[in-house]
Amino acid sequence: MTSDRNFWVRRLHSLSGIVPIGGFLAFHLYENSAASRGADAYNEMTHRLQTLPGAVAAEILVIALPLLFHGIYGLFIAGTAKPNLYSNGYVRNWMYFLQRVTGVVVFAFILFHYWTTRLVQLTDHESLDLFRQVQSAVANPWIYAFYIAGILSATFHLANGIWSFSIVWGLTVGPRAQRRMLYISAVVFVALSVVGVRSISAFRL
Amino acid sequence: MPSSIRLSVKRQDTPTSSPYWEEYEIPYQPRQNVISVLMEIAKDPKTRAGKATSPVVYDRACLEEVCGSCAMRINGVARMACTALIDSLEQPIRLEPMAKFPVQRDLSVDRQVMFDSLKRIKGWIPIDGTYDLGPGPRMPEPERQQAYEYSKCITCGNCLDVCPQVNGRSNFIGAAPIAQARLFNSHPTGAMNAGERLEALMAEGGVDDCGNAQNCVRACPKSIPLTTAIAEMYRATTRYGIKKLFGT
Ligand code: FES
Repeated sequence: MTSDRNFWVRRLHSLSGIVPIGGFLAFHLYENSAASRGADAYNEMTHRLQTLPGAVAAEILVIALPLLFHGIYGLFIAGTAKPNLYSNGYVRNWMYFLQRVTGVVVFAFILFHYWTTRLVQLTDHESLDLFRQVQSAVANPWIYAFYIAGILSATFHLANGIWSFSIVWGLTVGPRAQRRMLYISAVVFVALSVVGVRSISAFRL
Repeated sequence: MPSSIRLSVKRQDTPTSSPYWEEYEIPYQPRQNVISVLMEIAKDPKTRAGKATSPVVYDRACLEEVCGSCAMRINGVARMACTALIDSLEQPIRLEPMAKFPVQRDLSVDRQVMFDSLKRIKGWIPIDGTYDLGPGPRMPEPERQQAYEYSKCITCGNCLDVCPQVNGRSNFIGAAPIAQARLFNSHPTGAMNAGERLEALMAEGGVDDCGNAQNCVRACPKSIPLTTAIAEMYRATTRYGIKKLFGT
């Protein structure tokens, strides 16, 4: 089994990006669109989710641990890259580069985001008005920009990740199949980005 | 029509000394390639400023893009010098050794790592026995045609030179050996050892270290569908790995 360790760690990295992380991202961007229905609707929604049975266990096992694994191993992968856009300015080479850049950006963003919206809440869980909390945070244009960058990095990273996932697992082999998957991933990127950016901009109204 | 051919070459005297640039200029002649210009300069080696120098060292053998030895960076792009036509290149033409292999001297590099990788993926078909094994199974014609494409690899190393995953910080073997594993695994006799080659591709530096930047397929002088080979090996290792996990 020793020679297969690299194989399974890589494959786990690829898989974890789609399930559960990709699934969670889509759900998370969607649930946060409740913000456009106002503070009460939003806080009610978050309260309902947080009081679901097993919410904390799911949060750790399905969200936090996969994210930590994917993020830390991803940083290692990004560290082995040596981008060469100057001499090879092809679209796919750009995607390769952007996949690594967005990975680092979104990992930094998630740590900040999780710290400011969830970990602060651990001590004073009940009384927190999450909507106002986020609202006052993104009132700062820099934090708002960081949110936009984080969301777009996440949606790009997932969409492009779907494209390479389908090669890694052997779904798309030839260039035609890979081009079709490119169109699908472009649709995923646009759709998730619209939902995500609309959600965060609702906090600015 | 230009009146001269200008060349700028990154030279290096020993594997450990530091490189330096030298410029050359020779009278224009039509239909030259990079090798023939280097041969012309070697007749009377002097720099553009007129200073006597040594002839530029480089590798070449076949002069028809089948041996793979003359690969170098020409105007920043890894390609074969023997098929790089002067009339289609911007001047002064910049020649550099390939960046992913140790330089021996000037434009000559040591590509031993590529042969080590071929050994690693067992890029051959074991047919030797103590008795005559007889003819092997026949190969379907469509499969033979595909295999022919992969058999055209000349081990030039261009696909490694353009790959952002092939560098000092990673162990990635690059596209060429992966495509050779695909070639020998698709051969009816070679397929008998398919598992060994897949195991080699699953180890560190194997197919999963690919980053799907897909520069390799554009850089290949023989137009080998390298990214298709990589994806086929991804598919094969997926099946093999899952079978192994749930098998005995
Ligand atoms: S000299 Fe053989 S490939 Fe150029």
